[in-house]
Amino acid sequence: MDFQAYRDIAWNGVWKQNTGVVQILGLCPILAVSNNIVNAVSLGLATILVMALSNLTIASLRNFIPYEIRIPVFILIIAALTTVVDLAFNAYLHELYLVLGIFIPLIVTNCIVLARVEAFAAKNEPVGSTIDGIAMGIGLTLVLTVLGAMREVVGSGTLLSGIDMIVPGAQPISLFGNDYPGFLVAILPPGAFFALGCLVAGRNWLEARKLARAHRAAAPVADTPAEAG
Amino acid sequence: MSETTALGLSARTGAVMVGFTVIFTAVMAYTYEATKTQIAASASEEKMKLLTEVLPAAAYDNALLDDYVQLGPTGQLGLDDGGRIYRARKAGQPVALLVETTAPDGYSGRIELIVAVRADGSLSGVRAVAHRETPGLGDYIDPKKDKNKTSPWITQFGELKAADIPGCKVKKDGGQIAYHTGATISARAVTNAVARAARYATEHQDRLFAAKSGGPL
Repeated sequence: MDFQAYRDIAWNGVWKQNTGVVQILGLCPILAVSNNIVNAVSLGLATILVMALSNLTIASLRNFIPYEIRIPVFILIIAALTTVVDLAFNAYLHELYLVLGIFIPLIVTNCIVLARVEAFAAKNEPVGSTIDGIAMGIGLTLVLTVLGAMREVVGSGTLLSGIDMIVPGAQPISLFGNDYPGFLVAILPPGAFFALGCLVAGRNWLEARKLARAHRAAAPVADTPAEAG
Repeated sequence: MSETTALGLSARTGAVMVGFTVIFTAVMAYTYEATKTQIAASASEEKMKLLTEVLPAAAYDNALLDDYVQLGPTGQLGLDDGGRIYRARKAGQPVALLVETTAPDGYSGRIELIVAVRADGSLSGVRAVAHRETPGLGDYIDPKKDKNKTSPWITQFGELKAADIPGCKVKKDGGQIAYHTGATISARAVTNAVARAARYATEHQDRLFAAKSGGPL
């Protein structure tokens, strides 16, 4: 593969096949931890790491994995890598682990990891697969960050609350002063659905607008927006 | 790939599966062994940080983490699976008991607390160790989540003297503990659990300090 192919993989992961707003995969962690930016970014970073590692490992081993039992082997490898990341964070990055700790085991349950392994790493060479894992992770992180920001601003009127757990001494930004009564729905799981719905609609609108422009430019061959399960 | 019978396929895939399982279990076992001591050190450091929040390090001079009583299930403290009481001493004299306790009646389940009770029956501090109270509503029991950063809600327990313990109830119940309107249940659960722990520590103080370290009461 050449540079252009890698760039396509990255663009696919971050925008065209974005896990959060196009594939709508891995909703469990999205709903659970996007109630503020710090949580959202933290889980996103941990997911990027696990996805890159599992894609790399499985792409390297793909010729040794029999087709019939590929799914159990994938799950075994993903679970083992997640455990290793969990233990390593706990031991060597303990401050970060205090924030991320409860989310790392959740990554195993995130179907997006298995989906990328099955759809991409099992059929492609290691470097491209690693890029795919990182790009997909970045796409998820972006969605999580925007969701977290929306819910935090509406729900509690702050930005970056809990940042002091990662950067000691940093202060969260209070947008509406201390009197803001808060809007609980945004913090609770329904708020995640509403916010995610808005994001999906927003992305579809952007794509539709791009498509309409392409049509107007008299070239009716523009590609349709990517769809996936 | 000449062998395509069901038996041959099963045997081959089974062997491969066992191979992968053995390899990745070995990877996990190695990581576990390599990180074990470091993780234990981090855990006790974290515990120490928590204990220091409820009792200043200058108040005692013993190895707090190694000087504890292991309790079995204790109804009064809400401990279904048991817990620990750490004993702070200075020059051999009792200073305070740091009681692990649980409020079983939080809004979303149990609230784990640590309550520091000085030898004179006054409270030194209280912290919520683990809870699932509603974000933005009941979670002000955790000073990290409390919007009032200058004097978080939970610090008012640190002001209580021995004579105040009977009044350790939320104002709605006729006590002196303030709470946030609309989120009484979380505050009441914590307040009542603190009062129970304070009474327990005071009642059993002599036995608790005399018990063998690491042993039961």
